[in-house]
Amino acid sequence: MSEHILELRNITKIFPGVKALDNVRFQLKKGEVHALMGENGAGKSTFIKIITGVHQPDGGDMLLDGKPVFFSSPNDAQAAGIAAIYQHVTCYPDLSVTENIFMGHERIGGFGRLKWNEMHAEAKTLLERLDATFSPKALMGSLSVAQQQIVEIAKAFSQNARIIIMDEPTAALTKRESEDLYRVTEQLRDEGVSIIFISHRFEDMYRVASRVTVFRDAQYIGSWNVKDISPKDMIIAMVGREITQLFPEKNHSAGKELFRVENLGKAGYFADISFTLREGEVLGFTGLVGAGRSELFQSIFGIMPYDRGRIFVEGREVSLRSPGQSMREGVAYLPEDRQKQGLVLTWSIGRNISLPSLKDYSRRGWIREKEEIRRSHSLSERLTVKAPSVHDPAGSLSGGNQQKVVMAKLLNTNARILILDEPTKGVDIGAKSAMYGIIDDLAKKGYGIILIASEMPEVLGMCDRIIVMKGGRMTAEFGRDDASQEAILEAAMANRPAG
Amino acid sequence: MPEARTISAEKPFSLKAFFLQWEWMLLTVFILIQIVNSQLSPYYLDAENLVYTTTTFLDKAFIVLPMVFVIIMGEIDISVGSTVALSAVLMGMSNKAGLPMSLAMCVCLLVGLACGMFNGLILTRFKELAPMIVTLSTMIIYRGIALILLEDRAVGKFPSWFKEFGYGYLGPIPYMLAIFAAFAVLFGLLLHKTSFGRQVYAIGSNRTASLFSGVPVDRIRFIVYALIGLMSGVTAIFLTAKMGSTRPNVAQGYELDVIAMTVLGGVSTAGGKGRMIGAVVSVFTVGYLRFGLGLRNVPAENLLIVIGVLLIVAVMLPNIRTMIEGRLAKAENRRRAR
Repeated sequence: MSEHILELRNITKIFPGVKALDNVRFQLKKGEVHALMGENGAGKSTFIKIITGVHQPDGGDMLLDGKPVFFSSPNDAQAAGIAAIYQHVTCYPDLSVTENIFMGHERIGGFGRLKWNEMHAEAKTLLERLDATFSPKALMGSLSVAQQQIVEIAKAFSQNARIIIMDEPTAALTKRESEDLYRVTEQLRDEGVSIIFISHRFEDMYRVASRVTVFRDAQYIGSWNVKDISPKDMIIAMVGREITQLFPEKNHSAGKELFRVENLGKAGYFADISFTLREGEVLGFTGLVGAGRSELFQSIFGIMPYDRGRIFVEGREVSLRSPGQSMREGVAYLPEDRQKQGLVLTWSIGRNISLPSLKDYSRRGWIREKEEIRRSHSLSERLTVKAPSVHDPAGSLSGGNQQKVVMAKLLNTNARILILDEPTKGVDIGAKSAMYGIIDDLAKKGYGIILIASEMPEVLGMCDRIIVMKGGRMTAEFGRDDASQEAILEAAMANRPAG
Repeated sequence: MPEARTISAEKPFSLKAFFLQWEWMLLTVFILIQIVNSQLSPYYLDAENLVYTTTTFLDKAFIVLPMVFVIIMGEIDISVGSTVALSAVLMGMSNKAGLPMSLAMCVCLLVGLACGMFNGLILTRFKELAPMIVTLSTMIIYRGIALILLEDRAVGKFPSWFKEFGYGYLGPIPYMLAIFAAFAVLFGLLLHKTSFGRQVYAIGSNRTASLFSGVPVDRIRFIVYALIGLMSGVTAIFLTAKMGSTRPNVAQGYELDVIAMTVLGGVSTAGGKGRMIGAVVSVFTVGYLRFGLGLRNVPAENLLIVIGVLLIVAVMLPNIRTMIEGRLAKAENRRRAR
């Protein structure tokens, strides 16, 4: 019997035009939690898809219990005891927990009758083992994301999985829910299940894993015992260079007033919003999820009109009733969901960049394509979008590069007031650092920037002033020197608006 | 980390992608049909005859042009046949009531435009309604109005110059073909070369992202529906000129023919995909196919089956290709694993 339950040697996977994995290796011991880390685009997802039989390697060997195996489909991997729990839970929200757990491998009696009682009872036992308190008869859609993940784990269990792969399971969880997940993970480990834990978060790795493997640019970088590697060395391993300073030096000098909002309100969403934004300033908006920040700024951008209040751009009152109008007045918005709201994924990078400003490229409605390509290209270069050509589809880029393309769209509109809604959400640390550099650079050039952010280090590291929202109202405002994590959190959770 | 590569502005050219375009497939079918047809009659391949044949099917093709826009937006308009009937009936009635024919033709276009604008208005005011259902309702309503106005009578007795639209020639080319060609170029340019066309593609590819990018989604949808109404009016003129008179039950089933020609032309009902040239080639392919089957005395019902089969094949072809590629890749992997 081999020491390693799963071992991959010299795995290579080539997609048309890209080497997604280049000779990588990986060893998973029985009963360990092994973190797999790397930037977006490092090859983690492809690697997982190879282990779970979704993709087949173009070279290399996979050994299960020391014996070579080949999975030609996800069914093969499942039969071998490998289960994956994905970042975005794939479930049937209108079916019960039991039905979700047994989907595809129902307990079937004579005449094809489903053995409901048996399945409910088994589901109950499984959930109890995982310390879950909800009923197996509950509808999947009524559960929180964290609870849905527990169901996914129960599903893996019901298939007698010996290896469970968790793909960024904590991405959508609160701190407390993550804590519960860590506990379940440890419990699984103690029962002898081997776990591959993929995450962006260092805290996940340090909290739950005993070993870590790092991929970078489709290659294997190394494996370490978690207790032997410092966060700084991890960053070097993942990014390939030392990020000495994630956030740029804050020395913005605020100029004249660029944007002012007075008593803005929309029934049921937000009320009494007033603030001013100056040239060269980064103004942060923070708060808990559901504090009404996205709604407020989508309203300012004209997606859903506000019912009262006034907005001034450079001292002139404007009415912002549609995104087109807002951009003409100089206000641009980078949406939170770049894939659904920010980009046409099937379109080329160039076409995406020109979409909001087609008027500037056209003479009487005719698009001047040479000019379009020239400007898209120069913007892509300026923001260092990494892709072979501006004619490549935006959907082929990594998250960080997609975000740069959305940023290029905004810069193309000549807007000087940029509202950035969670611009670093779901991008890796290298791309984060690049995005901060871009924001800083724009502020220095005199743009006014509103940064909607939830991660405390980002809020504190990037913003000149910070406004905290809760329940659609502003609860506090901090200058760059009097802000602290504790004070901001207190305001975000406060029971009544301050002042 | 590798040095940030500089991104290229060049478009990579792929010979394979060039030849895998749907239009080549369609062109092949078109040529096949010409070969088969020419076996039927020694006079068939005569240039004069080929050109003349276009007048048998081009009347409804005017609606295919804007239908390409509608389907690229990911929507559908099935009220076009009824719009043709209503515009034709009102043209005939206003002429009968004493309006000069030239003005009656304007009435026809305006009625078509109004029908399209009404669809557009409802669809942009009540965004949660599905285009299929709204245009199904107006399909019934427009036809219903035409029936109330004219019951089962016909109107005709149009001036002889009007009938020229149906069969007249501009030099060696029928009016209908010349005007269709002009419209096809116009709509092709509008779709592929203007910001309006680009925004139509954007709406069909990702409506939410279009909205966030400042595309005036509702204005564009409204204009597209108005356009298809207007072009239905154009079809009404040519159809009426060809037939010499009109009744409320003309242009039955035109919506299906038009949609079939559009989809066969490679315009995806999922939205965001397709080109004007494909739809135009498809118009001629289906048109000559019908004509050829007519020459063989194939009854109209069988003709529908042939077109139906062609349509299913057209829609399935991309899937079949991926399926075959997938099988091949899998077999290759198995072989390697051994």
